[in-house]
Order: sequence, then structure tokens, then C-alpha cells
Amino acid sequence: MVGIIGVSTFNKVQSVGVVEPAWMLQLCKLYGFIGLLIQYLNSYLWDLSRLLGSVLFSRSSPICGRNIMAMEVTQVLLNAQSIDGAVRKNAEESLKQFQEQNLTVFLVSLSGELANEEKPVETRKLAGLILKNALDAKEQHRKFELVQRWLSLDSNAKSQIKACLLKTLTSVVSDARSTASQVVAKVAGIELPHKQWPELIGSLLSNVHQLPAHAKQATLETLGYLCEEVSPDVIDQDQVNKILTAVVQGMSTSEGSIDVRLAATRALYNALGFAQANFSNDMERDYIMRVVCEATLSPDVRIRQAAFECLVSISSTYYDKLAPYIQDIFNITAKAVKEDEEPVALQAIEFWSSICDEEIDILEEYGGDFTGDSDIPCFYFVKQALPALVPMLLETLLKQEEDQDQDEGAWNIAMAGGTCLGLVARTVGDDIVPLVVPFIEGNISKPDWRQREGATYAFGSILEGPSPEKLIPLVNVALTFMLSALTKDPSSHVKDTTAWTLGRIFEFLHGSAVDSPIISQANCQQIVTVLLQSMKDTPNVAEKACGALYFLVQGYEEMGPSSPLTPFFQEIVQSLLTVSHREDAGESRLRTAAYETLNEVVRCSTDETAPLVLQLVPVIMMELHNTLEGQKLSSEEREKQSELQGLLCGCLQVIIQKLGSSEPTKYVFMQYADQIMGLFLRVFDCRSATVHEEAMLAIGALAYATGADFAKYMPEFYRYLEMGLQNFEEYQVCAVTVGVVGDISRALEEKIVPYCDGIMTQLLKNLSSNQLHRSVKPPIFSCFGDIALAVGEYFEKYLMWAMSALQSAAELSTHIAGDDELVEYTNSLRNGILEAYSGIFQGFKNSPKTQLLIPYAPHILQFLDGIYMEKDMDDVVMKTAIGVLGDLADTLGSHAGSMIQQSVSSKDFLNECLSSEDLMIKESAEWAKLAISRAISV
Amino acid sequence: MAPHDLRRPFKRAAISDQQKRRDLSLLRQAQNRRDSQQQARCLASSILSLQSSAPESEPEQSDIEIETEHESEDLSKDLDVRRASKLRGPEVRKWFARQLMLPEWMIDVPDRLSQDWYVLARPAGKRCFVVSSNGTTVSRQRNGSILHYFPSALPAGAKTRDGSGSAQSYCILDCIFHESDQTYYVIDMVCWNGYSLYDCTAEFRFYWLNSKLEESGACNVPSHYHKFRFSAVPVYNCDQSGLYAAYSGTVPYVKDGLLFYNKHAHYQSGNTPLVLVWKDENCSQYVIDTDGKGEIPSQQQVVLELQDDRKLVTSDDPPVLFCCLDGDIIEKSGLQSGNLLRFAIGDGGLSFVDGKLENADLIYLGKSNRARAFADSYSKVIFQFMVRHSPLKIDDLLASINSPDDQEKIPSDIEMVG
Repeated sequence: MVGIIGVSTFNKVQSVGVVEPAWMLQLCKLYGFIGLLIQYLNSYLWDLSRLLGSVLFSRSSPICGRNIMAMEVTQVLLNAQSIDGAVRKNAEESLKQFQEQNLTVFLVSLSGELANEEKPVETRKLAGLILKNALDAKEQHRKFELVQRWLSLDSNAKSQIKACLLKTLTSVVSDARSTASQVVAKVAGIELPHKQWPELIGSLLSNVHQLPAHAKQATLETLGYLCEEVSPDVIDQDQVNKILTAVVQGMSTSEGSIDVRLAATRALYNALGFAQANFSNDMERDYIMRVVCEATLSPDVRIRQAAFECLVSISSTYYDKLAPYIQDIFNITAKAVKEDEEPVALQAIEFWSSICDEEIDILEEYGGDFTGDSDIPCFYFVKQALPALVPMLLETLLKQEEDQDQDEGAWNIAMAGGTCLGLVARTVGDDIVPLVVPFIEGNISKPDWRQREGATYAFGSILEGPSPEKLIPLVNVALTFMLSALTKDPSSHVKDTTAWTLGRIFEFLHGSAVDSPIISQANCQQIVTVLLQSMKDTPNVAEKACGALYFLVQGYEEMGPSSPLTPFFQEIVQSLLTVSHREDAGESRLRTAAYETLNEVVRCSTDETAPLVLQLVPVIMMELHNTLEGQKLSSEEREKQSELQGLLCGCLQVIIQKLGSSEPTKYVFMQYADQIMGLFLRVFDCRSATVHEEAMLAIGALAYATGADFAKYMPEFYRYLEMGLQNFEEYQVCAVTVGVVGDISRALEEKIVPYCDGIMTQLLKNLSSNQLHRSVKPPIFSCFGDIALAVGEYFEKYLMWAMSALQSAAELSTHIAGDDELVEYTNSLRNGILEAYSGIFQGFKNSPKTQLLIPYAPHILQFLDGIYMEKDMDDVVMKTAIGVLGDLADTLGSHAGSMIQQSVSSKDFLNECLSSEDLMIKESAEWAKLAISRAISV
Repeated sequence: MAPHDLRRPFKRAAISDQQKRRDLSLLRQAQNRRDSQQQARCLASSILSLQSSAPESEPEQSDIEIETEHESEDLSKDLDVRRASKLRGPEVRKWFARQLMLPEWMIDVPDRLSQDWYVLARPAGKRCFVVSSNGTTVSRQRNGSILHYFPSALPAGAKTRDGSGSAQSYCILDCIFHESDQTYYVIDMVCWNGYSLYDCTAEFRFYWLNSKLEESGACNVPSHYHKFRFSAVPVYNCDQSGLYAAYSGTVPYVKDGLLFYNKHAHYQSGNTPLVLVWKDENCSQYVIDTDGKGEIPSQQQVVLELQDDRKLVTSDDPPVLFCCLDGDIIEKSGLQSGNLLRFAIGDGGLSFVDGKLENADLIYLGKSNRARAFADSYSKVIFQFMVRHSPLKIDDLLASINSPDDQEKIPSDIEMVG
């Protein structure tokens, strides 16, 4: 649609200015969607449906058109589920045509089909499904289009559809009811925020008070979906109260139908988010909690499970309201963990894991804030429950399943219990140790593998949280035992957990941050030998051994030029390469683990081992080369192949970054640059997104290492760069590519000029697209700065477009209203905008074209003042913002003197930054002060 | 509504290595971006501070060559040379113009000459900074103007196939370009292959210069990738034989005096007493100042700065007082403080008490050339005065090396000037 708009506005902007024809064509195309920029930016900044209105997508609804006969629909829907592929395809094609020819009639017919009790259940279900898909989609931009489309439909038709949907809720056919309840929720999700369909909730509630049970069940289900679909602020408290009353009544023991109770319990799960006010009211909260707790004792396992799900949700949403109930909840959960069926027991354990999550967050906030103020106080539920909670969890550890380590999707009570134990350790720290040690000691040498494994897992779980002083004596005793178990224990399960535990030991208790080292010259050799040995074990054990080696290596990172691992370096690298070549390296993600560890080995290498890293370059290159040789592969093989290519590109990236960071190694490394680049270019011919991302990252590192010489690769590389920038689907690839444009700008400087037209066009397009993930947009702005700094006044050509995009985004990002995530995003957007301004000002400095920037100065100063007044910028933005003030003063000098003096930024903001504790902010502020004093003195 | 999945990561690191690679890349890119911005800003701020303290001026046209030895004392010594290699346009000229280390004139013999000093025969020619980076080499004269733009065998000095010309590698050499044999004689090394030698002692710099320059192939005969030959100048310990070798030894270039380097001194931009120049007729064609027409004026001329209280001072920091100017002249000629004034030294000459200037017989000639930025330095005035009246001779230098306790003796050597 961008293209269409571009063409239609082409004639209007023929007189745009003196620019080259080719570029002008681009500009004219751009002009069309630059105009839409504000609206698009809105769409990713704010609630899509509320702020945008129907400007973009509104259409008059074509009521005219061919009427679809009801009979015809049924047949087509049946055909669409035919086992005969040709029939199916034909039917799908007809449905598509109906939809395109007359959407309104199409949707009305579908709703009629769904509501018609005489129709076969399959066609009713499918009709409902198509309706649902006409209202919602996964992709944000698509979803947005569908919402606008529905809102602009003829209102009579919509009433007709909605009536059919509500009618279906009372159908005797359960599949029809269930489908209808989902569609109702989707329509509500669109309409309620627009104050449409006000009678919906009222009519649903009146259903609840009517028999028969099946209608009641469907209605409660609908309320559940509805609460999932709409945000709490669009439903007023009066209606919330009614919904909750109906739901909780439906859950209570007085309700005779199990199906109704189940539907009500599940509905409550979604409605909990609406119950803020009700949870603040003691009586109402007591009532809700009582009904939920009763439901955990229901004879129906599905209801018990759903009730525990509610408790889990309550534990995070209403943590601060739980104190009066926590004792009862402990009893309920303990009983469930001991006796109930696994799905219920898992939820009971999850309740405590979730409480741990809450308390860890709160305590972390305490730690970071010296005043001790926190929005939510910590009630130390876990600490209080500790003496009972820990034994309960330890007991679960002995309920392992055979082969759970080989099954990727496994999740059982032992795993959940162990995970929870780890969270408890992080929550309470030292207190857990004496409660777990007897269990470890009592089980670690038992003949039953379950006991040895459980003991080892318990040990591994408590290694994060308690203080090193408490743990190191234990570890010193255990280490030798563990190393021996890893080689000698007959159970693969025990070896797996032992290797994992060793990894945890190295992760948390080994490294320059720990005072008393647990690894000495004496046992280092043994540790390495055992780990390398274990890398020959079964894939799951070998994978954990790689992980342990990863943390062992990482712990030596800050050790200075001479690492204790130097003598083993060659052997470690060789072993990892051998592992990566194992026949079964595809299992238990062993190959991935081997390369990840190899990467860490490279990252932590020292000057001493740099020559060995250099030797690795041709080896990895050869591996990558081999994957590119053109054999015919099945799709499964190809998938494996591209996974391997991703790993190899990642490894090369790490190597390039490492070797490029020091002059002598870079010098030697550069002999491989041409060949490596050749390989990367061939990788781009493969299709996988992951591989592209990895190769792109590696090329960024290569550009940085190569500097201006990278220009020689540009003619060939450019088209892949452009492809990367156009990859909206896999936005990570796009984001990484934007970063690489920055790398290349810095490396090439003015030599990037020949590619700038293409790059800038694409970047501006990306900014205006509502299909591109919003996280990519801030880096695009930063990238403008990189380019401007690299090409200097040559940026003039793009100035108007870049500035207009920046200005729109700046206006939107000044005021934020939203949650933490939105504040964080807005700050990253501000930072991108500010980095762009910095780059542009510095790029134009000392050029005769500086005066071109003067018209933009008032707005930029206003932007700086604006974000200063908002008082919600983070340190990064603060530093960048005050730097921009300096850059503006520096480049415009006396032209901006009086403007700057009038700005708040030049006074209060600058003073605040000058007295900042943050050195980076202070440094930027000093710079701004100097530049301003010069600008206003002339 | 299906039950909600509650699986948590089991025996897994919280962050994938791929995410780590991504994060580290972003970190590197952010760091590089910050560096580029910082570079642009630091450069600008150094120029700002220079502009505010030292007004810009063109090199004085009519002045004789050695007069431009003067430099602003307010030099930004701490400016990272790494940035310098990336500058371009007018900044680069301004920057380089202020980066050269400038010797004072030797008006007395330093203590411990034989222990703490090197001596070398200075080649006659154009003093310049030679910078190799990004595959090209540029030589810039003291006023910042480009002398040559050429490929060289210096690291990063030419676009060769081995890819050595990376962005981070560069060299900065302090050279004198000798016209007749088209050779750059390297008298000091400031940066080599990306490593700054600014904060290294002269001893280390000369050692590095002698080992690295040869190794790089820069001393080879010119070729396609190496347009000019470089050559190290022989540096001697300033003992008797070293001094004698520098003074009278045969070198392939025309000499212009001797340079003395204190072995412990770092490379410092601007005037420094830790590098000294000395010359006599034997080792230099230009001993006595000439005027704009290349002739030696009958009386020595000096340029001094007029201060608020009618004081006439040199460009040194702190300034040295020569005398006070008659109020009449100031009124008649409409002079203001800050003016640079030209004087001849009359028959009364300069008189010293305890090694300090006591009185000067100055005859006012008029305002100095408009383009002139600074007054003369004290050491220059005195050296020129001594050359005309009682020069410091090579024998005096040799004698000071011989004397076991030279501490007391040297000052009396020059105090006899009357």
C-alpha cells in the first residue's frame, strides 16, 4: 500500500528541489508516506485502536454486490474440510472470492451458519472460526487493519451478526457454543473500547441467571474470554462487580453443574485482573479467596487445577493481600503436592515459585534503593514457610521420571520442585543451607540412583542465593566427590545433574569476584580432564559438561595476561571441535553447547593464547566452507545445515571481535579477511534467518576491524545489506543490519557515500512502516547520526527527510503515558533521536552548509526542554540530550546563541547534569557548557 | 480455555549465547558510536579553547624563517593523538600547527650535558609532521599546510594488498624535509603504528625510532608504494666524542645547527627548555637573523609585547620584562596594550646582573607586522644578542663537558657579556 500512496502523490511533488533524478524519484515516493509517519509512529507508540482512529483504513462499506445463498455457504464450508485436496482447494478459493466480493454479506452469512441449529456441527464450527479470523490476527499491523475494517462495516450488518452470535451461546451443540463465545469476545475486544455494544455485558449476565446449565456454562466461558480480550479500564466498576459476582457464584458449591463450576473457575482466572477494587475490600476478598480455596478441594480434577491456577495468578497480582490466607494456602498446596494428581501438584508448586519471584523482585528493589522504600512491602512468606516448604520440595526431588533428561519437553513434579527449591534459595539465602545439607548427606551415596540424583540436584539448586562464605566450605568438600561421580556413577541421570551442578559451582563460586578460590593449581588439571572426558559421554551429559566448562573458562576472564587455563587451551579447543563433530551432536543441543563454550573460550583468551585463537580461524572457515558445498539435501538436513552455519558464523563473529580488539592480532587476522567475507556472502544465499543474523553480526565486527578497506567488499555486499534492511518479517535480522550500517559508516566514512541513497531510502521506508517491529526504530534514528557523522555535509541531500522524521518522532516521544515497558521504549526512542541530532550537528560542523541546520534548532531545543520537564528520562537519554545541546551550540555558534539562552535546557537542565554523579553525564555537560559559553560570547 | 503452561527453564542458562553475542555487538557498536562522537567533540573543544586564548594569525610573510619558532604557550598537551590521525579539513591544519615540539635557543650550557642529553646535527629544510593513516601519508608544515600527500612504507602509509592500512593504525613523525636529496629526516617519533609515544622519554623514542623505522622499510629507496625515502638522523650521547661527531661529522644533508634533547623529557608541544638549538657559522648558514629582504640588519631587531603598565615583555610564560616604554611614545603613536612593537637594540645593548636581564637599550621602530601573533622569546633575543657580541662557542660546550664540576662554571661563561 506504500507503493500505491507513493505513486498517487507523485505528481504533487514534482517541484521538490534540485536533486538528482534517481534520488528524486525515491524522494517523491517517500513523500507520500512521510506524511503518514506521524500516524504510523502513533501506531507503535500508543494503543493502536484508540489513537489512530479510522483515518488510514476507513472505507465506505459496499452493501451492494452479489448475495451469497445460505445453502451455497454450507456446501462450500463442507467442501473446505473435504479429504479431497482438489475439492478443498476449490472451496477455499470460493470462500476467498466471497470475502473479497462482499465482505459484509460474507460475514453475515457466516454468523447465520453458526447460529443455525439445523446445520452440521462442522460447518458451524468452521463458520465461527473464519469469523474469528476476520476479527483478529497475530501480526500487529494485520490485526490493526482487521479492527478498522470491522469498525467501518455497516452497523445493521454488525447488529445482525452479533445477534446470531449471542443466540448461538444458548445452542445445545457444545462446539457451536464454544466457538460463538470466542467470537463474541473478539467482537467485544474491538467494540467495547469504542463504547459500542453497551448492552453486551448486561445481556450476558441475564443469561447466567437463566437455565439451562449449558447456556450458563457458555456464558461464563464468554465472560472469561471477554476479560482476556479487553483491558480492565474499558469496563466500568459497576459491570465488573456484576461479572465477578456471577463468576464467583458460578464457582460456589451451591452450583449444581460441574461444567458450570469449571467454566466459572476458568473465567475467574481471566477476571482476576479486573478485581483490583474488589481485592481491596476485605469482605469481597475473603469471599473470593474462600470460594477459590474451596474449589481446590473439588472432586473434579479440572476444577482443582483451574482453582490452583487462580491462586498462582493471585500470588503475583495480589501478593500484598495474601497475608491472612497464606497459612491456609500452604496447607492446601502441601496436600496437593503430596497427594494430588500431577497437573494439580504442579500448579501447587508453581504457587510457591511465583511467590519466590515476587519476593526476589521486591528484595532486589530493596537492595538497589537505600531508603528501603518500596511500593510493595515484603511479607517474607517464603522465609516463614521455610521449615515446612523445604522438606516438601525435597520430597518431590525423588519423584524423577526415567529419561527425563533426554526428553526436551519433559516437565514433572521433580523438575518443578527442584526449580522451586532454587528460587527459594535465591529468596532466603543462607537460611536454606542447613535445611538442605542433611538431605544431601543422607542421599548422595545411596544405591538408588534417584536418591543420588535428588541429593545432587538439591545441592546444585542452592548454589545461587546463599553467600559464598556459607557455600565454599561445602563446595570444597563436595568438589572431589562430584568430579569422581561425573566419571564413575553408573547412572546417566546422576552424571547429567552432577555436570550441571559443577557448572553452577563455577558460575557462582569461581571467578575474580570470589575471595577464596575453590580451584587451585592442583585441582585445575583434574577438573579440565574430567570435563573433557565427560564431553565423550551421552549427549545430555556431554552438553552439561560443555556448560560447566563454559563457566570454568568465564571465571578466569579477568585473570590478566596469564590464565591458569593456558596450558590446556589447545586441548580444550580440540575437544570442543571433536564434540561438534560427533554423530549425535544434534541431540540435547550438544553441538550448540560446544560452540557456545568455544565462543567463551575465545572471548576469555589472553595475549598468551592469541596465537592459538588465530590458528582457529582457518579451521572454522573450513568448517563453514564445507557447509556451503552444494550437495542435494533434504529439508531436514538443510535445517541442520543452516543451524550449523549459524553456529559457525557466530563463532567467527566472536573471533573477529576478539582478534580485532588488539592491533598485533588484528594485523595477522586481516590476512583472512577477504576469504571470510567471501564465505559470509555465500551464506547470504542460504535462506535461514538465524544464519543471516549471525553472518550480519560477524560482518559488523569485520567492518570495524577492517576500517576503510571494507569499501572493497561493498559492491558485492550491498545487496545483502539492502535485503537485511528490508527483512521486516524477521525483525531481528533487520535490527542487526541497521547496527551494521552504523559499523560500516564508521569504517568507511565518506566512502559510504555511493551507497547512501539506497540506505537512506530504505531506512526512511522502514521508519514509516507499521509492519516493522517497533524495537527496530530507535536504532534507525541512531543510524542516521552514524551516517551523518561519516559523510558530513553530504548529508544535506537527506537532511529534510531525516529531520522531518526526527521531528515527528520527537513530538510523540516527549510525553509518555503508559507502563514501564512503554517508558523504557520511549526512552530508547528519545536516545535514538538524540543520537541522530548529535551525528548531524557534528557532521555539519565547520562546513559552509551549517546554516541549513538553523531552522531546525528551535524545535530541537524545544524537544530538549520538553523531555527535561517530563522528568522521566533515564541516564542514557540525559547524557545524550545534554550532549546534543553542546553539539547544537558548537555547530551553530552565535547563530543559536540567543535561542540557547532562552531554553530551560541551557540553565536548569545543564546545571543538573553538571552536578550529576554519573561521570558520562558530567563529561557531556562540561562539553555543552564550553560550547555554549563560546556560542553566546561571540 | 486450556490450562496455562507453567514450564520453567530447567538446567538452562538464563541467557542464550546468541543473545549474548547480540548484546555484546550492540555494546561494541554503542561504544564505537560514543568514541566517534567524543572524538568530534574533543577536537572541537580543543579548538575552541585555543581560539579563545590565542587569536588566529597567518604566519608573518616578511619575517625571516626562524622567527616563526614562536608558538602559543597555551597548547592542549593532553589532546589524544589518536584523534589527530582522523582529522580533516581546516581543523587538521590548526591542530598540527600546534603539536610540534619547539626548541628554545641555547643561551647557557645545561648541567650534566654529557649524562642527560643527546645531540644531533639538525638537517636544514622544512620542519614538518608526517602522518600516515588509512593508507596514505601526509606531511604538514608548521603552519599546517600540506607539503606532500604520498604513499609510504610507514605502517598504514599506503594502500597495499596486505591490508595493513586499518583505521586504527597510524604514525606521526617529527621530520625535516631536505630538498636536495628529497628525503624526510626523522628527528623524533610521536606515534608509531597506533601507539602513542607522547608520554615516553626521548631515550625511549629514539630507541624506538631507530629500531622501527628501519624495520618498516621506510628507509628503502623510493618505489611505487613508497614515494619518499625516510632516514633517521644519527643521535649521539652528548659526551665529548658525540658532540664532536655531531658538530663536524659528515652527514648526507646540509646542517642547520645542533639540537640537544634531554633524555628524560616527554614529547611536549610548544616551546620547551628540554630541547635546545644551538648554532654557529660552521654548522649553519643562518646564524644571525635576516630581515624580510634576506639582509642582516646593522642592529639586532626584537619584537616585544606592550602591556597595560607600559611594560615591554617577551612571549615566554611567564613573560620576561625588558623595560618600560615612555608614555610619550605611547600617546604619540596611539599604542595600546597588547600591541606587538618592533625595536632595534641600540649601542647600549643588554646588560645582565646575576644572569638576569637588568637593562636594555631599545630604540622604537614601530608596530610589528600586523600578521605577527607573538613577541620574541627571551632565549631567542639573548641568543641573537650573544651571536652578535659574545657567542657561545663549540669550545665552550666541549669545555663544559670536560669540567668535572660544571655547576658553578657555566653561568659565569655568559655573564661576562656587558
